[in-house]
Amino acid sequence: MRLSFPQLLARIGFSALAAIIGILFALPLIWFIFAPFNARAELGIAIPDPWTLQNFVTVFGNGFAMRGLLNSLIQSVGGVILVAAAATLAAYALSRSSIPGKGMITYVLLLFSSVVSGTAAMVPIFLIVSSVGLMDTHIAVILVFAGGLLPTAMFILRDFIDGIPKTYEESAMVAGASPVQAFFDVALPVIRPGIVVVVVWAFVNIWGSFLIPFILLRSDDLMPSSVAIYSFYSEAGTPIVTLLAAYSLIYSLPVVALYLFVSWKFGFRFFGGIKA
Amino acid sequence: MKKKNFSLLSHRAGAAFLAPAAALVGVFVLLPFFWVIVVSFTNRTLLGKTALNPEFVGLANYFQLFDPATFFTRGQFGFSLILTTQFVLLSALVGQALLGLLLAWLMQTIPPALKRIVETAVIAAWILPEVVIGFAWFAFLDYDNGTLNMILRGLGLPAGDFLLQQPFWVIVIFNTWRGAAFSMMLFNSAFASIPPSYFQAADVAGASSWQKFRDIGLPLIRGHVVTDLILSTMWTFNVFTPFILTNGGPSYRTELLSIYNYRIAFREFDFGKGAAVGVIIMLINLVFALIYLSFGRKKAKAVEE
Repeated sequence: MRLSFPQLLARIGFSALAAIIGILFALPLIWFIFAPFNARAELGIAIPDPWTLQNFVTVFGNGFAMRGLLNSLIQSVGGVILVAAAATLAAYALSRSSIPGKGMITYVLLLFSSVVSGTAAMVPIFLIVSSVGLMDTHIAVILVFAGGLLPTAMFILRDFIDGIPKTYEESAMVAGASPVQAFFDVALPVIRPGIVVVVVWAFVNIWGSFLIPFILLRSDDLMPSSVAIYSFYSEAGTPIVTLLAAYSLIYSLPVVALYLFVSWKFGFRFFGGIKA
Repeated sequence: MKKKNFSLLSHRAGAAFLAPAAALVGVFVLLPFFWVIVVSFTNRTLLGKTALNPEFVGLANYFQLFDPATFFTRGQFGFSLILTTQFVLLSALVGQALLGLLLAWLMQTIPPALKRIVETAVIAAWILPEVVIGFAWFAFLDYDNGTLNMILRGLGLPAGDFLLQQPFWVIVIFNTWRGAAFSMMLFNSAFASIPPSYFQAADVAGASSWQKFRDIGLPLIRGHVVTDLILSTMWTFNVFTPFILTNGGPSYRTELLSIYNYRIAFREFDFGKGAAVGVIIMLINLVFALIYLSFGRKKAKAVEE
């Protein structure tokens, strides 16, 4: 299609505007491209001279920091397994069984999950965890996240399962499979892409979160990276910039990798119970 | 085989499938909802005598929060509530939604390569862990060396220690920056659902981009706009991330309700009062959620009809 002159002008203007907004968004992050590789990094942007991996060596030698990554991994993987397993089973039941009040369950679930935010519920969550004696444990963080993320995860998966024809399992059952067999051998492989989405979404959520572990954990050796990162502050509270930059980069990598994986595998689509 | 209520799972199997999720959601979502209400009527503290044997104090915590003598004082509930309202209005409704809408509209016309780059920057702000983002902004805003002041000085403009001078505007812009990606992606998919022929017809008629936006784009994505406004409002209302950047300070000037709640409960150890704040946050969440769900239902009905 040929563009008229004003249209061409508008298109150039739009591109310029988009580029400016893009630059504004990137500005606060540009620092992260340089500082981790600069042994004398400060809060300003400076091209490293020379480029070095020294900061990473120091971070990898810091037991507490490494322990933080391991703790993040334990809590994220633990939470993800619980969320994915429980959500898949529950979503399947909501989609395929004729339990009375299914619509009601979904409605109440959505309502409560948006009303009971981590912010609003920090006091009771603290009290519940402490009254069952789980204070300052990995399992407390895992359980709280699993509970909090489950409603949305169930909602995503239910949408997904509703879109799969029942005839898959029906033909398996005609062939003599039990309902449970039909679920594990027929339905589960078809649902798998939906589960992958939930897994990635839950992992990124737990991996990046700060408030819940901050409230529920006390011991240094249980802290995930989001809290452990504050060990890179000197006694006076000023940040040790070189280490913080390198550690932030390492800590961000899984999230970035998962994002790239999802957009490569599924394209960029919307998940999260938002049906257009 | 075509019985109306044929179901693949028996009731019993269905219940068994539901049980693990029900237990987790019950204990960590439903129970906190009721527990926080109960605690808000007590003088429970984290430490001391009332930690183990809290007393029923009726509405005392609520009276304290709404005490007219201190309501508007900095560091008190009313101040925080008003601050949070302004924060939500400016950073969610104006900032994220408008910027997201503008970005999504621009994305429709700009070259794909540029589109990918801009999208990457916007989405990076959204997906990176909050402590990393918090530290990036801390460095960005640093008075002596920060990127922002470097640019301002380079342009001959006065530099500023914005975290001290304009902390509220910092968190407003910070939150806009952090969350615009969601609105952008939502509106992107909304625009993508409009048949291209509508726009082609408008092109033939010689419509400008603004006319196409106003007369075709916006009316057709009205539903998405409402969804976006409610969701970003709810998220911004509950956000805790500014704490990482400002700690609620200086002198409570960025103390949003979430941060106020944290301070009362976990710094001043007053669980009863903290719970009362939690109840009020949940009530406000409830209003938004009900609006959202009733809207969703109306839409579902309209689709069925």
